[in-house]
Amino acid sequence: MDQESAAASGGSLISLTDHEQRYYSGLHALCQADAPGKLSSGKVAELFKASQLPPEALHKVTEVCGAKHLGYFGTAQFYIALKLLAAGQSGLPIRLESVSGTDLPLPRFAGLKNEPESRHAAAPPGADPQGSAPGSVARNPADRSTFRHLEASAEKKEPWSPPRSPCSSPPRSPLAYRGYPYSKQRNGVDAQIPYDNKPSSRPGAQLEQHSSPSRYVSKPAVEHPAMARASSIERLNQQATMNYSDDDPWRMTAEQLEYYTNQFKSLQPDLGALILGAVAKNFFTKSKLPIPELSHIWELSDVDRDGALTFTEFCIAFHLIVARKNGYPLPESLPPTLQPGFSQREEEQIPDTPESLEPLIVFEDAEPRSCQVDPSGIGRLEPSVATRKQDLQGESLKQDTSVKRLASSREKSTLQLGAFPERPEPHLELDPQMRTKTRQRSYSSTSIEDAIKKAEEPPTPPPRPQKTHSRASSLDLNKLFQQGAPGVKGGWLLPPALPPRPPTSQVPHFLNVSEQATQAKVQQPNFADFSHFREEEESSVKLEEQGPSSRFGLSSEDLTSASKQDVSGTPHSQAPQKPIRRKYHPESQNLETGPPPPPPPPPPPPAMPFPPPAKPSQKLLSRQKREIQMAIRKNRETNAVLRRLNSELQQQLKVVHKERVTLESQLELLRPLAST
Amino acid sequence: MAVCIAVIAKENYPLYIRSVPSQNELKFHYTVHTSLDVVEEKVSAVGKSLADQRELYLGLLYPTEDYKVYGYVTNSKVKFVIVVDSSNTSLRDNEIRSMFRKLHNSFTDVMCNPFYNPGDPILSKAFNGIVSGMMVQTS
Repeated sequence: MDQESAAASGGSLISLTDHEQRYYSGLHALCQADAPGKLSSGKVAELFKASQLPPEALHKVTEVCGAKHLGYFGTAQFYIALKLLAAGQSGLPIRLESVSGTDLPLPRFAGLKNEPESRHAAAPPGADPQGSAPGSVARNPADRSTFRHLEASAEKKEPWSPPRSPCSSPPRSPLAYRGYPYSKQRNGVDAQIPYDNKPSSRPGAQLEQHSSPSRYVSKPAVEHPAMARASSIERLNQQATMNYSDDDPWRMTAEQLEYYTNQFKSLQPDLGALILGAVAKNFFTKSKLPIPELSHIWELSDVDRDGALTFTEFCIAFHLIVARKNGYPLPESLPPTLQPGFSQREEEQIPDTPESLEPLIVFEDAEPRSCQVDPSGIGRLEPSVATRKQDLQGESLKQDTSVKRLASSREKSTLQLGAFPERPEPHLELDPQMRTKTRQRSYSSTSIEDAIKKAEEPPTPPPRPQKTHSRASSLDLNKLFQQGAPGVKGGWLLPPALPPRPPTSQVPHFLNVSEQATQAKVQQPNFADFSHFREEEESSVKLEEQGPSSRFGLSSEDLTSASKQDVSGTPHSQAPQKPIRRKYHPESQNLETGPPPPPPPPPPPPAMPFPPPAKPSQKLLSRQKREIQMAIRKNRETNAVLRRLNSELQQQLKVVHKERVTLESQLELLRPLAST
Repeated sequence: MAVCIAVIAKENYPLYIRSVPSQNELKFHYTVHTSLDVVEEKVSAVGKSLADQRELYLGLLYPTEDYKVYGYVTNSKVKFVIVVDSSNTSLRDNEIRSMFRKLHNSFTDVMCNPFYNPGDPILSKAFNGIVSGMMVQTS
């Protein structure tokens, strides 16, 4: 059968020359195999149309190459089809015989400005006529992508492995077709976007070492009069680099991330801070994309909908702009590889496929600090199963002190984002609530919102300490502040909260503990909370003992025992979280003053945490600063929460008022009736 | 399920209006326009009685034999108008309220986009998606 032989010819018939092989594999890569061996028929159809053959010829090609029979374009069929296209273009009849063994020029596809035939002359790249030079340069830098693709897909297509092996030599398969949609776009663009030059030069440099001939060729290309062409090549470089990672343009490479970081820093030196909408607007407008597209990109990348861009959001937006400039249509929704939680997921998951190794490496390189600096943090993440996103926020907030603020704020965002996939459920259940009631404007508000919701409920009497799971860092901070705990790392340590701890008995101890706890904390900040929580519980006797060393002994054992209690404490503390927190709060308030005060804003910087320097004063000062910073943060968060609470209460008041009005009107209606 | 959804700016020109295409769209545009009078009336009325509080949801503005018109005003005097079919009696007040809430949320998202100038017609795909979700599903 014709088709069967065609299929069989996939392995035997097609003896492609080097050129052809590379060209075809490039085109094959372009056609985006969505299943191993299958090419997307849409792209193949485009390709065929671009060959400018009459439709009946195209049908014949499809038939002869066996795709019609199979129903899809496999690699073999695709290669045969390409040869047939070449044959058709040179005027030969579209038959299998015409493609076997004869020297055919490479198939031409419309929109390309280069001459495939001259390439087929098998001249070394340097000898190519200038008209094809850009094409070959376009080829070479893009080779890397096809090279990668080939390697990745080599194992998928057994029959092709022999022809593939020569490809491992510096590939030169042209990606002229890939340049097709892109060069179409660039035709009208003369000016280069200045800020886009950097990414192209960097991947360009990277690719150059890969294929030295390309450097030679790139010179004539650069001399090429059309600036658009040179910029197109650079774009192709970049595009190739993007495609380098598994042909997935929605995945950021290391150099891209680095570039985005530099750009971010140029706008906003603090990597943890936000870029305001107006600033970002001016910046992205420079890319000369049309405003509706920029608007759409913004919608995609502003994940938390706050009108400003975090570093991650900025990278996403930038990446989308870069992709768009390279001709990729904007997606309707954010691709999974670009979502903010993605990088964190990669850090924590073991990659299954070799392809994912690269992005994994990318993000590990990009954020090594977050990994290194928080080994304890992340280590704690695993054991404390019930750790939630907000806990991590608190944790990262607390661990600010140990790292420079820049790094730490990045950790905060990355950790926070990293926890996102870990704990989707609690996040989801919080989100709809917040969305419906108020618009969540800042990521840190989630925990506070819960804390404040408690404020609405009347404070109940004796709180159960074990249920206190200290979700809100503010809650714990309050307690800690009262106890004079500076530099609290307690944010995430609090979840272990305080399992069974008789509240009343501890009341007198807290104040005493505070001073000793400060000393303990100065030296072991990570264990601070544990130490003084457990201390209270275990040793009312030991309170009289002085000496930080004893505290440490306690703290280490506290830590282990507390961590065990974490898991038990937190799961059930999560559910009753809401009612409990408020209950605990009055208790903590009781510690200092008798009557439970109203839902307090974060306590003022405590006077007692900083007793006269019995220890090195520098640590005290730094702790003081940290504590003040944290207090400020807490204040701000609580302000936001209170504001939201206020608005909610206003809404409720309106509703109630309206009801009252309707009831009054009804009453009035009834009154005349009653009187008659 | 709405038959027509409109977003009207403070200056009473439409920022976004979308109807179920099977019917005469001009009719809906006209209806929305006339309902603006009712909106103004309600807004000023409420303002007189309660000084500081104003309900955002205005409720049923204008019932005709064919359809009902509901209104909602934001604090920045942007009005949302939803026209529903009268035959669709299953729609309760709460559902209309939730529709308005969703509209308001996605409108706020549009506003947050720095590339959107207030007063421009709303072209956001996300907003379109939300609105499509609320419109009567015609094949």
